Amino acid sequence: MAATRALFEMRGVTKLYRMGEVTVEALRGVDLELARGELVVLLGPSGSGKSTLLNILGGLDTPTAGTVRFEDHDLTAAGEAALTRYRREHVGFVFQFYNLIPSLTARENVALVTEIASQPMRPEEALAMVGLAPRMDHFPAQLSGGEQQRVAIARAISKNPQVLLCDEPTGALDIHTGILVLEALERVNRELGTCTALVTHNAAIATMADRVIHIADGRIAAQHVNETKARPEDLSW
Amino acid sequence: MVNEPPRWRWLGLLTAIDRKLVRDTWRVKTQALAIALLIGCAVAMAVLSFAVLASLERTRDAYYDRYRFAEVWASLTRAPAALEERIAAIPGVAVVECRVIANVTLSIEGLDEPAVGRLVSIPDQGEPRLDALHLRAGRYPEPGRAGEVLISEAFALARHFAPGDHLEAILNGRLTRFDIVGIALSPEYVYSLPAGGVFPDDERFGVMWMRRAGLEAAFDMKGAFDEVTLSLLPGASEPEVIARLDHLLERYGGLGAYGRKDQVSAFFVANEFRQLRTMGTVVPAIFLAVAAFLLSIVISRLVETEREEIATLKALGYGNRAVGWHYVKLVLMIVAVGAVVGVALGIRLGFGMTRLYVKYFHFPSLEFTVPAPVLVVSIVLAALASLGGALTAVRQAVRLNPAEAMRPKAPPMYRPLLVDRLGLDRMLAQSARMVLRHMEREPLRAALTAVGIAGAMGLLIAGQFSLDSFDFMADVQFRLEQREDAMLTFQEPRGARAAHELERLPGVMRAEPYRAVAVRLRSRQRERLVSITGLGEAPILHRVLDERTRPVTLPPDGLVLSDKLARLLEVRRGDRVRVEVLEGARQVAETVVADVSEQFVGTAAFMSLPALRRLLREGDSVSGAFLQVDPARASTLYGELTRTPSVASVTLKQAALASFRKTIEESMSVMITMNVLFAGIMVFGVVYNSARISLSERARELASLRVLGFTRAEISTILLGELALITVLALPLGCGIGFGLASLLARLMDTDLYRIPFVIDRSTYAMAAVVVIASAAVSSGVVRRRLDHLDLVAVLKTRE
Repeated sequence: MAATRALFEMRGVTKLYRMGEVTVEALRGVDLELARGELVVLLGPSGSGKSTLLNILGGLDTPTAGTVRFEDHDLTAAGEAALTRYRREHVGFVFQFYNLIPSLTARENVALVTEIASQPMRPEEALAMVGLAPRMDHFPAQLSGGEQQRVAIARAISKNPQVLLCDEPTGALDIHTGILVLEALERVNRELGTCTALVTHNAAIATMADRVIHIADGRIAAQHVNETKARPEDLSW
Repeated sequence: MVNEPPRWRWLGLLTAIDRKLVRDTWRVKTQALAIALLIGCAVAMAVLSFAVLASLERTRDAYYDRYRFAEVWASLTRAPAALEERIAAIPGVAVVECRVIANVTLSIEGLDEPAVGRLVSIPDQGEPRLDALHLRAGRYPEPGRAGEVLISEAFALARHFAPGDHLEAILNGRLTRFDIVGIALSPEYVYSLPAGGVFPDDERFGVMWMRRAGLEAAFDMKGAFDEVTLSLLPGASEPEVIARLDHLLERYGGLGAYGRKDQVSAFFVANEFRQLRTMGTVVPAIFLAVAAFLLSIVISRLVETEREEIATLKALGYGNRAVGWHYVKLVLMIVAVGAVVGVALGIRLGFGMTRLYVKYFHFPSLEFTVPAPVLVVSIVLAALASLGGALTAVRQAVRLNPAEAMRPKAPPMYRPLLVDRLGLDRMLAQSARMVLRHMEREPLRAALTAVGIAGAMGLLIAGQFSLDSFDFMADVQFRLEQREDAMLTFQEPRGARAAHELERLPGVMRAEPYRAVAVRLRSRQRERLVSITGLGEAPILHRVLDERTRPVTLPPDGLVLSDKLARLLEVRRGDRVRVEVLEGARQVAETVVADVSEQFVGTAAFMSLPALRRLLREGDSVSGAFLQVDPARASTLYGELTRTPSVASVTLKQAALASFRKTIEESMSVMITMNVLFAGIMVFGVVYNSARISLSERARELASLRVLGFTRAEISTILLGELALITVLALPLGCGIGFGLASLLARLMDTDLYRIPFVIDRSTYAMAAVVVIASAAVSSGVVRRRLDHLDLVAVLKTRE
């Protein structure tokens, strides 16, 4: 892992937001590397800047200063079109509120991605991986929150992305369904070797990561490597 | 609230994002349909107008061409046949046709009123070289048979004549019998008007074609003619030919030559085309403007509610172009539905309209066809207007920054509103305050909504206006101005005693003599061929009115011109004009414009009888008289007049008007029904969409109110009260738009031959208001039903 070059490399990234007349400094000089196949948890309280970090990694946002590199691509210099291509080819997203398209069924929500990806898996395959094969033809409104989030995960992984970015994926779920979702994520990371970055404020989840990065006030406050990873089903909060 | 999206099997053929498109559209189907119908109205009107126009134009051009419609006409008193060669020698002249034309009073069995027949000569052998006849039935008159005639089809249909029937008329003092041997159409009488009339009167006016020798004999025109028609060589200058022809005919009592644009039938046909073109442009433009506005608010709201979906799509790797295209496709789907409805409706209405035109315009055949370019252009323009409307919203979707869209939207800016600042809020009920604040937050949208509703009302008013004006015009013309029952014309001017003798006829209650003389009026570079009517100083039957429809006393000297004629000559009260008399001794004199009068029909000039006689340097001659007739004895009188040799014609304009009113009412009732339907659709579209948008924006707020204990009626008042207020505000605005549109129409219909007075009845405003309020009520009712089914829990649970 250490021998190969990092998948992501962030140097001195800062991000300023203007909220009306106030300027908010969401990130203040972050240096970070992510390796292939790694499961990283970005841990921090709300407002710490972890979501901003994730958005920049995913090409949804660009830093105010600093550089971000993904493999050979400089994301800082990339234009809108290049960022779209980057997201389309390399990144899978999972959001707190699932962000499924309500007018499409589970299978169709996944197909939304597989139809534009270059080397996708079949939607059915992706849904089977998250244990939703029997509920493929349900609309989001007919699925529970945990099921919806698993559809979102299936949608994210169906393009065979190099990186899976999850923003509070269990934030809207109870512990039982939350664990089901984490199991699905862990399985994807293990079986497909997808570099997974998971943003959460829930410290319990950090124990299943390869590496935990603590974010506070727009900076990396600390990081540590878990010698033994906890299994999702053993977590509790 | 959880309406399961449709799962039609064919959706499987589409990509996932297109399935989203179809289902999203389905979700807003009533709104989309309302907009599609508006687009449909626009497309229908454009297709209808331009397809009918194209059909008419093609038919007309082919007819004029195939039947050798003349290009120049000139009437004269009498010229020897030998002049024909000299006319033919005018440079630029292609074909010359000399004719004998005369009006006669017909006596028709079973018709108490007099009818006028226009006898038109055709060559003794074969067909006319110009203005060939299209034979509908029967045959041409045999050469040498003086009594045989072809009659115009419109007259034949109105009077149920067929070959084999006969007519009688006094010809040169002798009662003559005409045998109808055929029914025909001529390019000169596509729109058939009696002499001096503006309304077709097929029951009392007919054209009769007769071999020339017979006509020459009957009217003492042996070896002579009194009308010439010409066609021109390609590239010939019409004004030049006319000038040379006028010069040549001066000695022979030439009344001034004119081209196709002044030929009555050709003029009316061309004018109708102009109106169709206007109708096909203005009405669709209004509908498309409203549709574009609605699309802008609907798509913009859709983009607003789908912020997170758009962000998700972008996060998943859909590019800006794909997202933009997604919404463009939505718009195009709506346009497609509108186009299908519009084309179908337009074609259907086009057939109906063509059937109406067949009544007015006498073509050998009129087939309604829809040229492909008409369809393509209508649909493309509708699509462009719709996309233009949705442009801002689509751009909003394209520009949406995904990271930002994931975050909840910043709360809307509030500032103290006008109602609050004025301290008016304390006087208002809670719900009224909410209505006013919401309107003030989105003033542009409220204003445009009002404009949309007002536009529909304007269309209604403008549609009804022409009938109001027609009635006003008829009222002024026949109740105040031309109050005579009949106008009698002598074969040639006679002494004043002849007019007084008329008063002794049974049934004549009053006879007012007049003298009419053809002149050319000139003022600097301007000139017009008109007829000056000399009237008694204070006539009771046939009067001249000023702008306020008060009778004018004719001045002892000088001319009174109709305002139209004054404008055409660019003269005002007090200016001098040159009068060139085209009859008799052809005097030329200068005279003053003493006054200007109000006149809707024709370009009239009046003088007092003594002044006119001084100008003509003649005694007390009269051309005819206006008669007031005792209705009880009318038929006896008309019967007698028909048999009086010195009487050329007796015309009953009021009867003509009555039958014309009936005809236009038929076509107007179709137009008005269409108008009400279209305007209703427009109001429905605007009100329904506005209500749905408000509902979508305020569902949480309204649901919260319901949770707090507000009743359904109360929250309905808040939502629909705003629309009611906007509708009420739209009413005066609609009156204004209607006023503007109607005045535009009045200006467009202002032609040399007639102008439409600008009059809108109060009942028209009222009718428009009723239609608007009714359609607004219907659409509010539909929204109210949704409001009653508001799912409180679901609304509150979802994340805004």
